[in-house]
Formats: sequence, structure tokens, C-alpha cells
Amino acid sequence: METAKAGVKKINKSTYLEWFELMLKIRRFEERALMLYGQQKIRGFLHVYIGQEAVAAGMESALRREDAIVTGYRQHGTAIGRGADTAACMAELYGKATGIVKGKGGSMHFFSAAHRYFGGNGIVGAQIPIGTGIAFAEKYKGTDNLCVTMFGDGAARQGALHESFNMAMSWQLPVLYVCENNGYAMGTSVGRTSNIQEIYKLGLAYDMPSEPVDGMNPEAVHKAVTKAAEHIRAGKGPYFLEIRTYRYKGHSVSDPAKYRTKEEVEEYKEKDPIKVIEQTILSKKYASEADLQVIKDKIKAEMDYAVEFAEQSPLPDPSELFTDNYVEPDYPFITD
Amino acid sequence: MSRKLALRDALREAMVEEMRRDETVFLMGEEVAAYNGAYKVSKGMLDEFGPKRVIDTPIAELGFTGIGVGAAMNGLRPIVEFMTWNFAILAFDQIVNNAAKTLSQSAGNFSCPIVFRGPSGAAGQLAQQHSQTFESWMANVPGLKVISCVHPADAKGLLKSAIRDENPVCVMESELLYGYQDEVPEGEYLVPIGKAAVRREGTDVTLVTFNKMIFPALEAADELAKEGISAEVIDLRTIRPLDHQTIVNSVKKTNRIVVIDESWPFAGVSSEIAYVVQKYAFDYLDAPVTRVNAADTSLPYASTLVDAYMPDAARIVKAVKEVRYMKA
Repeated sequence: METAKAGVKKINKSTYLEWFELMLKIRRFEERALMLYGQQKIRGFLHVYIGQEAVAAGMESALRREDAIVTGYRQHGTAIGRGADTAACMAELYGKATGIVKGKGGSMHFFSAAHRYFGGNGIVGAQIPIGTGIAFAEKYKGTDNLCVTMFGDGAARQGALHESFNMAMSWQLPVLYVCENNGYAMGTSVGRTSNIQEIYKLGLAYDMPSEPVDGMNPEAVHKAVTKAAEHIRAGKGPYFLEIRTYRYKGHSVSDPAKYRTKEEVEEYKEKDPIKVIEQTILSKKYASEADLQVIKDKIKAEMDYAVEFAEQSPLPDPSELFTDNYVEPDYPFITD
Repeated sequence: MSRKLALRDALREAMVEEMRRDETVFLMGEEVAAYNGAYKVSKGMLDEFGPKRVIDTPIAELGFTGIGVGAAMNGLRPIVEFMTWNFAILAFDQIVNNAAKTLSQSAGNFSCPIVFRGPSGAAGQLAQQHSQTFESWMANVPGLKVISCVHPADAKGLLKSAIRDENPVCVMESELLYGYQDEVPEGEYLVPIGKAAVRREGTDVTLVTFNKMIFPALEAADELAKEGISAEVIDLRTIRPLDHQTIVNSVKKTNRIVVIDESWPFAGVSSEIAYVVQKYAFDYLDAPVTRVNAADTSLPYASTLVDAYMPDAARIVKAVKEVRYMKA
């Protein structure tokens, strides 16, 4: 086992149990969200994180709370990984005033300054330069925090990625780029978007340390992020991890995912990170089935509460339309 | 006390003063540091503040604008210079989708105190891609403020206000007028965002304009004075929020208005002013609201075509005569 630096924990039994709990919490949150979407309690776009939970888990155990994270719109799991309150997240999906951003952002736009969570961005790849800028500010202020800038395989084809990689390397910014490669940019497989299918290789063109990582295994993610974070905190500049994962559901709820075979989905379900970690915990005797059931029951109760909280919460007052557009409360909006 | 300063020097003073006052303010853009600025607005700033705070970027508008937005969300106050606003089109995703919406979509968790600045408008025979105006584009977007002013003293005070503003502010300058000199007060002062200036008082017609069109407007006012027509000339200085009150008050006095706007006519600043005037000064109008815009075309290279495209004093005089029902 690698000895992690101060602030980063060693992997042991409790790490595994924390991973299991977080991953299951994300999975159950997303399952509830899908169900509630079917009941039209949740509207708008909904992109769920099911299948990718090991990325959030392995990443968070390797980071500090002061580190920043910014990501795209498949972001519930990332926010919950940061420690965002699941009731506030569920209320956000309901568009309620008690939501994590007061019902103003919905599924794509959770933000929490308290959690150093710079949001879910709805424009594919727009967060790549933004995360680079968040890292720029950390260097400017002289901290040793880093910014994890997450994006999908689709966003890896945006020009913004290349502009950001170039400046981040040129200016040696403390940024960890994480591509969550789930195989599909909406309905277009990675293989159909470029002749370079191993996305981590894009970083090599800028001499950025770049590696592929097994994203179905939180320990693999943890180790890769730990190593990358040490490099970055040592002032050696950016790092790029292509974390290979899989989304079990369609791009969004309206996507039947006809562009892939049932066999492919079944193959990945055998690698389901939650199934695998549960088996690992049991086989290593980190916990008994009864112990895990306690965690499962706790998460079920948390989700019951989150939905009840969202149901009972008030919708935003219409006057909220005019707040948070400008910092000052008396901006002269055109109202006629 | 005051002295004469060129627009570029007044803008530089604004940035230098604010950077001395606040460590979190920095300047980034193409050629701003070692080259001293494509138009020398940032001349000498690298020497004073060093490469940490005066930063040359590669030619990557989307990327460096996004870096500015992220830095602003994380506690800094960037000034992002565009060599011209025409190039900022490459960065509109970051300005419109991100800077303008950060506060709203995060429900106040994060603000984005950033200044985007550079020249807007035609600058001679630069042809189609280098000659556009962007005030109405950016002013259409809630979350942004838009300043457009070439008067050195006011531009300085407005830029200082923009740098201190907690919101994203777009500042439109003028390539042709960076060398234009005028009186600039000594010492610390700010000009508030959102207030127009009456550059010349008059009683018979209101001329409303902004940026470099102030000059043909003032020239037209001189011409009109020779014919006994007293024109009031308003320099908007800020486009968003628009100072409706100063415009409406003037029209209530003069009963006639001509808007001079270098933008294209469709859904532009002139259209917005026409709406405001018909809504709030309808009973005071003795003639239709009239406007003089750039032609509703792209701007070609040839000099005759540039002349045919741009508003000028003669066209303004003609428009004033129309609203006064005089023979041209």
C-alpha cells in the first residue's frame, strides 16, 4: 500500500466502507431521480451518473476539501462526492427554493462555494478553461490547492481543451484534468469522434503527464489521483487522467441508447463498480453482509428523507427571478 | 487640476491605479505585456507589475477568456483585453454562457467580477471581419454591463468603476480614437456606470449617441447651429444599464430625437432607444423617432464603400432636418 502524504488517507478497511457508502448513495440518488422524472416530479434535462460512481469515490478520498472541482452536466455524483447534502440536491431537481442553488440551476447546475464545488456546466467543455482559471487563481494566491477539471469524452474533442492544455502547461498551473471517458458522446462512440481513441494521448502532445485509469475501481482512481496530486502540489504543473468508465443509462432520460448493444451493456454490468466493491469488502472481510445492510438501510432512509424534503419544500417566489442576475439588489431591469 | 491625456493613456491610468490599489487585479490578453499592447494601452505595465500580473496569452480567445472567468469565480479580478471585440466572438461562450450566468446559475454561490475590454467599431478600411460593433450584442445579455465611451476622462473613470464592479463588465473602446486627447482630471475619481453625459445642451432636437459617433454628432450640432437649430447631444457612455431618464428628459424638452448608432440597424441600441422614447415621451414627440445607423450590410474595403456605410455629420444633419420637417 502506498503511503499517502499528509491530508491524504491510506487505503484501508474504512476507506473501502466510505467508498461503498458514497457510491451506493450516488447510485440510489440517481435511481430515485430517474423514478421521479418518470412521475414528472423532475423536469428539464436529467443526466445520471449510474456506472461512474467509482470515479467520484476514488477521487474524493485522494483530494483535500480545499481543492476545487468543476465539471460538466453529468454532475450529481460529483457534487454528492464533495459532500453536498442529498436533500438539497433532490430539492434542486424539484426546482424548489430549498435546493442547493435555490431551484435556479436544476440537474445540470449544482454549485456550492462551501464545498469548493464550482459547478456543473451545461456547455460541453466550457468548464475546461474555467477549471484552468480556477487553478490559475490558486497559483496566483500562492496556495498549494489544485483544481480538478472534469469533462467527458465528448468534451475532449472541443478546441477549448487544447487551448487550456497549452496555457496550463505553459504557465505550470495546478490543475488536474480528468476525462471521464464513458465511451459515448451522447450517441456517438469515442471511435467515431477521432482517430485518436486513447484520449489520454491528447495530453502527451503538450508534454503533460497523462495516463489511462480504470474508472470502475475506486482504488485505481484513488491511486492515480494521489500520484497526480502529489505531482501538481510539488509545483510541477498539470496532470491528465483519462478515467475509463461506463454509463449504464442513456445520455439523458430521453435517450433509449440504441447505439450500443445489449451485450455491451451486460458486459459492463458484470463490472458494476458497486457490485465489485461489495464483493471485495466481503471477500476481504472488511465487513459482513449484515454490516453492509446497515449502510444500505441508512442510505435508503437518507433518500426517503431527501424526497420528502423536496416534496414538502416551497417553490421559489416569482420575485426570485430578479435576484442573482447582478450582485447589487437595485439593478434597473427593463420591465416593460 | 487636469492635463491632456490620450484615450489609451487614460485607460492605462485606470488599470494601473486599480492594480496598485488591489493585488487581485491583473491584465491578460494577446500582446499586452512584452509588446506593450497592440494599441499601446498597456505600455509599461509589464515593467511595473511583472509577468505575474501582466500576462501575454497565446492566440486562444476562448481559452484565455475562460481562464479569466474561472479566476474571477475563484477570488481574482481579471481584466481580459481583446485585440478587438471582433476576436471576442471566439470567446462568446465564456462571456455569454458563463461570465453572465455564473451568479444566476449558482444562485449567488459564485460571482464573476471580470472586465472584458477592447476596441469595437469600424476603424477605416479593415474590411468585413474587423469592423463590427458589439454594444447591442453584449447589452442584450442579462448579467453583463456594457460601457462604450471614448472621452478620455470618462473612459478612465468608467474603467475604474468596471474593475471595481462585482459583475462582469464589457468595455468597448475605439481603435481610431486611442490617440484622441482631452482633459483628464488629476487624482482619484470614478465615473458611475449607467449614467449618460450631456455633451452639449440644446433646445430644438436631441442627438443621442455613443463611442466615436459622438464626433459626427457634435460636428452636426455645429452645422445645425449655423442654421439656427439648437441640438442637445447626449453621450450614453453606458449601454447596459441604459440611462433612460436622461434621454427622456431631453426629448421632453426638445420634442425631437435622432439616434446615431454605428451598429447595424436591426434590433440595435437605436431600436431600444426608439422604444423607450415612444413609451415614455410619446405625448412630447413632434416627429417620429429617427435614427442614423451604419448600413445594413457588411463593411467592404474600398474607401467609397466605407464612406457609404458609416454614419457622418451630413447624414445626421439630414435626419435632423427630417424631424424638423425642413427641406434638406
